[in-house]
Amino acid sequence: MKRKHTRSKAALIALTPTWAAVIVVYLGTMVWSVTLSFTNSRLFPSWNFVGFEQYSKLFQTAKWLVSFQNLIIFGVLYVFGCLFVGFLLAAALDRRVRFESAFRTIFLYPYAMSFVVTGLIWQWMMNPTLGVQASVRALGWQSFTFDWIINRDLAIYAVVIAALWQGAGLVMILVLAGMRGIDGEQWRAARIDGIPVWRTYVSIILPQLTPAFAAAGTLLSMGVIKTYDIVVALTNGGPGSATEVPAKFIMDNLFQRQNLGLATAAATILLLTVLIIVAPFRYAQHIRARRQAGTL
Amino acid sequence: MTHPRGPRPTQITAARIGLYAFLISAALFFAVPLYVMIVTSLKTMDEIRLGQIFALPLHLDFTAWQTAWAGACAGSECTGVRMGFLNSVKITVPAVVISVLIGAVNGYALSFWRPKAGRLMFGLLMAGALVPYQIFLYPLVRAMAVMGFYNSLGGIILVHVLFGLPLVTLLFRNYFVTIPEELFKAARVDGAGFWRIFVEIMLPMALPMIVVASMFQFTGIWNDFLLGVVFAGRDKLPMTVQLNNIVNTTMGERNYNVNMAATILTAIIPLAIYFLSGRWFVRGIAAGAVKG
Repeated sequence: MKRKHTRSKAALIALTPTWAAVIVVYLGTMVWSVTLSFTNSRLFPSWNFVGFEQYSKLFQTAKWLVSFQNLIIFGVLYVFGCLFVGFLLAAALDRRVRFESAFRTIFLYPYAMSFVVTGLIWQWMMNPTLGVQASVRALGWQSFTFDWIINRDLAIYAVVIAALWQGAGLVMILVLAGMRGIDGEQWRAARIDGIPVWRTYVSIILPQLTPAFAAAGTLLSMGVIKTYDIVVALTNGGPGSATEVPAKFIMDNLFQRQNLGLATAAATILLLTVLIIVAPFRYAQHIRARRQAGTL
Repeated sequence: MTHPRGPRPTQITAARIGLYAFLISAALFFAVPLYVMIVTSLKTMDEIRLGQIFALPLHLDFTAWQTAWAGACAGSECTGVRMGFLNSVKITVPAVVISVLIGAVNGYALSFWRPKAGRLMFGLLMAGALVPYQIFLYPLVRAMAVMGFYNSLGGIILVHVLFGLPLVTLLFRNYFVTIPEELFKAARVDGAGFWRIFVEIMLPMALPMIVVASMFQFTGIWNDFLLGVVFAGRDKLPMTVQLNNIVNTTMGERNYNVNMAATILTAIIPLAIYFLSGRWFVRGIAAGAVKG
């Protein structure tokens, strides 16, 4: 009895730093931030509670509305774009091609680089006077235009292209690993039945890749909410505020505009957004796990 | 990765040509930016003004690299990315070592000892990984300022360790779960305690995961921008922040060749890790991510 006591004590002590981090850093700061969002704090925290005033101000702030809209446009195009391109690349590499590992290396290397580096590379490529546009025009195609980065309506899509370039390789690796795990018999059966290759991929292979897609989708979506570096490096939110995103809006209000109440209200909305997106998935997982445990 | 897909096609068909056309154009899309960066960094500004980013440099010129390393300006300071490189090393190395060690202890304790509320802690940690950093930042800045950690090397290392906990714990827990429990029980019967089992049995067995977790943490911390901006302080800025300051500085003419050289210098360490440990990196990403 005494021995059992001491052994669990060692494990408990070993986990103490992490417990402290979870309680103080994760939960504590979260409560602190959410509390501040109900005050009229500016440069310094104040304990003057104003109810939902910051929230109503937030949703009357044009910049926040643009940020939130950009987050949705960027998030949907980035996640589905990466999944689509990643799947195409994986399917192509799955066809027994030569130089497979060379192709794989080329598709994945951007993932090893930071979003800042990615942003700066594409800022250079998309520079209208010196970048791709100028080069193609110099070849004789005078009307060629690739000036998305300075175009208010298109700049957010420029961010999507750069982010897609960085992230598609990750999906390719995950999906390829999933494809290699599928039984080859199914291919033989499909070929005997005369089903074309593309149909086999769409109707037979694709449904079996759900776990790989779920993992990739989760990783990419987690990045979407945190999107900050790439925007700072590529466009710094501009032109005007065409590429502002919530994470940047919060940072600007926290550290430059001294608008603590508004910034924490925005952060709380961002947190709620995560919860709204993640909760159904977690719940579905939970239900599925219980159902499996029940039927087994 | 094995490949059970029937005989290798020998005939050149239209589908085959289309397949390679797709792969090659995709490869161009992914490779061209790196190519453009390298050639730009080797050109002179006069050559760059011609506006032909795909052209090879007329003659190799390495002055941009020297300037990027030791003389490029961010605002009024002209010290290149050299200081940032050193700072990034000073931040990344201890942060990786500490977080991987804590992650290994956590994973080991959670999977074999199952202490009280261990599942709760793990669940909270995983939930914490989903939360946007912005909600933690201000209170952390205040708390660290009060404790005297703010704007210091120790402070930024601590922050990286704290925010690395979910990933390293997840990786090691998932790894230790696959190790047979008999091994652990045998060691228990022989009278080994918590730490002895960890140091003598589990740590050596976890070597592959130590490598993978270190790679993840190294690239993640090296590539970080947000935490570096907030917590590192002016003298300890990591390379990514300095790079952004240099490239997006508004003073004077933009030296694109210097900017591109500085960008490559910043990317070179994670790229080297990726190219040198290619298979490990790929396997680590696939294994670590699918299990998540």
